[in-house]
Amino acid sequence: MGRLNRFRLGKDGRREQASLSRRGFLVTSLGAGVMFGFARPSSANQIFPLDRSLPGDGAFEPTIWCSIAPDGEITVNIIRAEMGQHIGTALARIIADEMEADWSKVRINYVDTDPKWGLMVTGGSWSVWMTWDVFRQAGAATRTAMVEEGARLLGTTPDKCTVANSIVSAGGKQISFGDIVAKGHPSHSFTPEEMARLPLKPASERRLIGNAELKALDIPAKTNGTAIYGIDARVEGMLYARPKMPPTRYGSRVRSVDDTDAKKIKGYVRYLLIEDPSEVVQGWVVVLAESYSAAIRATDALKVDWTPGETIHTSERDIQDRGRELISNKDGGVYIFNDDGVDQAFSSAHTVMEQEYTCASVLHYQLEPTNALAFEKDGVYEIHAGNQWQSLILPTLAKSLQVPESKVILRSYLLGGGFGRRLNGDYMIPAALASKALGGKPVKLILTRSDDMQFDSFRSPSVQRVRMAFDGSDRITSMDYQAAAGWPTGVMAEAFMEKGVDGKPYDQFAIAGGDHWYEVGAFRVRALRNDLAEKTFRPGWLRSVSPGWTSWGIECFLDEVAHRQKKDPAQFRLELLTAQGRNKGQAPDSVGGALRQAAVVRRLMEKVNWGKTTLPKDTAMGLATTAGQERGMPTWIGCVAQVHVDRSTGVVTCQKLTIVVDAGTVVDPDGAKAQTEGAALWGLSMALFENTEIVNGMPVDRNLNTYTPLRIADTPEMDIEFLPSTEKPMGLGEPGTTVVGPAIGNAIFNAVGVRLRHMPVRPADVLRGLQNS
Amino acid sequence: MTTFRLNGREVTVDVPGDTPLLWVIRDEVGLTGTKFGCGIGMCGACTIHIGGRATRSCVTPISAAEGADITTIEGIDPEGNHPVQQVWREIQVPQCGYCQSGQIMQAISLLKDYPSPTDEEIDAVMAGSLCRCMTYIRIREAIKKAAATARGDASNG
Repeated sequence: MGRLNRFRLGKDGRREQASLSRRGFLVTSLGAGVMFGFARPSSANQIFPLDRSLPGDGAFEPTIWCSIAPDGEITVNIIRAEMGQHIGTALARIIADEMEADWSKVRINYVDTDPKWGLMVTGGSWSVWMTWDVFRQAGAATRTAMVEEGARLLGTTPDKCTVANSIVSAGGKQISFGDIVAKGHPSHSFTPEEMARLPLKPASERRLIGNAELKALDIPAKTNGTAIYGIDARVEGMLYARPKMPPTRYGSRVRSVDDTDAKKIKGYVRYLLIEDPSEVVQGWVVVLAESYSAAIRATDALKVDWTPGETIHTSERDIQDRGRELISNKDGGVYIFNDDGVDQAFSSAHTVMEQEYTCASVLHYQLEPTNALAFEKDGVYEIHAGNQWQSLILPTLAKSLQVPESKVILRSYLLGGGFGRRLNGDYMIPAALASKALGGKPVKLILTRSDDMQFDSFRSPSVQRVRMAFDGSDRITSMDYQAAAGWPTGVMAEAFMEKGVDGKPYDQFAIAGGDHWYEVGAFRVRALRNDLAEKTFRPGWLRSVSPGWTSWGIECFLDEVAHRQKKDPAQFRLELLTAQGRNKGQAPDSVGGALRQAAVVRRLMEKVNWGKTTLPKDTAMGLATTAGQERGMPTWIGCVAQVHVDRSTGVVTCQKLTIVVDAGTVVDPDGAKAQTEGAALWGLSMALFENTEIVNGMPVDRNLNTYTPLRIADTPEMDIEFLPSTEKPMGLGEPGTTVVGPAIGNAIFNAVGVRLRHMPVRPADVLRGLQNS
Repeated sequence: MTTFRLNGREVTVDVPGDTPLLWVIRDEVGLTGTKFGCGIGMCGACTIHIGGRATRSCVTPISAAEGADITTIEGIDPEGNHPVQQVWREIQVPQCGYCQSGQIMQAISLLKDYPSPTDEEIDAVMAGSLCRCMTYIRIREAIKKAAATARGDASNG
């Protein structure tokens, strides 16, 4: 764990050389009908209908990542999904800065699937971190080619030239990138080794990276109704479809269908039984109609009788009890850390502390319900939909359709929220199979909200058991951390799993965060795979994934230890963030190690005047800190939550969140802040406002009448600060989510002395705690 | 047959009277800026103006629209430069953007009723508009700034 080697794995799990950073870059001219290197996709994306210009004939495409047109327009190809992170703008800044481009000429192009792009995934807060080196090198290659050809056109040599704002200058003369492409013949090719040797700009000379004045390129279309999401995709002659959902996620079989009443709905066409060779979609019936409102009604009117799957009576409690059972069993599971001496430390300990922490199921409720438009054209299935992991679902779709992967193409759209839901592209399958059943006719399938929630790939409920051993002087000698949950990566992307110290595969997204950066003596971390969870539903990656719940166990437990030792919880953490051994960090991703987390905690204490502020009765601050998403890509973050607890109702009000982040270089300051605001409020929502419960094999909530995520009135004051850094940029989409829950839990204890060990915190739990204290 | 005005133009459609206005606007007329979120009037993504009032189109049957004057996000300004749209861009409010048509339509309606809204008034009126990206801090800020701009109050950002 720690190197994120999975990014070097091919989709078959083989290590291959075609990862982004190893790809050869060709610099060549596209003029005269001859094109070297890679073909550009044949159709433009439909995301920005008012601004869909792509380079025309004669554009110069120095790498697959960008092109320069004779009029100077620079198009940057983005393989990441746009779901609110303004990722295209952030990545375009990286390449344009290194290229010395005129930012006003930069356009972004969200590409469709093509093997040439390599791994297409948008999640894990990886995008900037994964693209940083590639795009800087591609920008440097483009700049080098422009300067070489510009120098030739100016009658001089490259070493006499300067370049800025898309203009190459020498001896009082100058020429623009556009004119270089129009008049010259840039044709330099670079080997990967040459690319890696190209000089990169020092941080002090960056103009676009870190520039707070630049606006996100995707925002204007999101204020006037012109932004096109998957649900907005349409083609001539398409039929509308809605699925009729079976009673269990898996194993339900259709016994009979009666469409007598559905036929009374004007516009109803027919129903289809979906048989999916990939077995992702089991027992679905799809209803087709001439309009979506007719499809909604006809589906309601259609009567389907199923033999349900075996989990028809499974409850959340059953799943959590299974998790406890797995943890209690010494066999099984995978060890992420298993230092020598853990058992000995516990058997010889002066004292042992042990607690159990639990977290509930949480639904994505991305605002755009899942949907897809599918049709076949010239033997190729086109699937139009917003999606976060095209490389994962494309082979599954090929299997479902029983066609080679080369006969499936996914067209990219904006996502009306991702949050991890659209990493799982299962919603494309019934649309594709319905189209196939109709001979390739276009089918637009949309799930209603209740359909979407029943078949969400939601966050698994989880159980954590945290133990610590102490010697006679109350020094920590060992820590034993175990967690059980459904494994999303195990179910959906097995080749993507990491290997434990025992060589066994495990889902890093169901344990990450448990492997913290504190010095705790002999350390054991064991991940347990909850098989009952995986039989009952399709566990999903939900914003921040496991660090969104492992932090609840780790950070609440540390506060419990600090209080027992009568130490200040913040100071106590600083004593453990010593950056020794495995926690010292390594270049380029975790330079400085745990000392950077300590610096974040210190700044946080300074900002909130920690321990020196007198607050009103039943009001207090609580602190939590994490390393963000993964040890291999740490975003150091800390949060102080200030809460008030109403003793009569048990209602907890979060008054303020103060957050300090060290994410390395911040590429897009306003976007970074926006992501941290949103991520932190997700954390708050999961701490106080939202959760579901599995009842009879399904999440019990079906819409906003019972599912109650945070709304505007629940939004506290926020103060977010990024520590200045020129280290490699880490991720920011999720780390904000990880720290808020435990900061709230710790603040509640500081306010009224009630320790809560289940998330979300509900008023009834607070009242019970108050009565017992 | 139902006839109504949509963004200043007369529209006639032939759909069952209980068809939600949302689907008529999106699928019959083809204006997709108005979004489908919850389908039960509780998320606000489908908010439009009927007679100038913010209305949830997903729970409004087309039969209720006969003769009505309806405005969608596409119709509030021909260039997309309504003062609220401008301030939304200035403050960089949208993230995924899916709820933002509804947020903007609700905010315009709010500012008609409360030209100088307090936090409490903003929270009360905007409570029905869910933003899953949680851009709430910026929505509050943008509404206040739009109000200040309308008042000609240059000092209050």
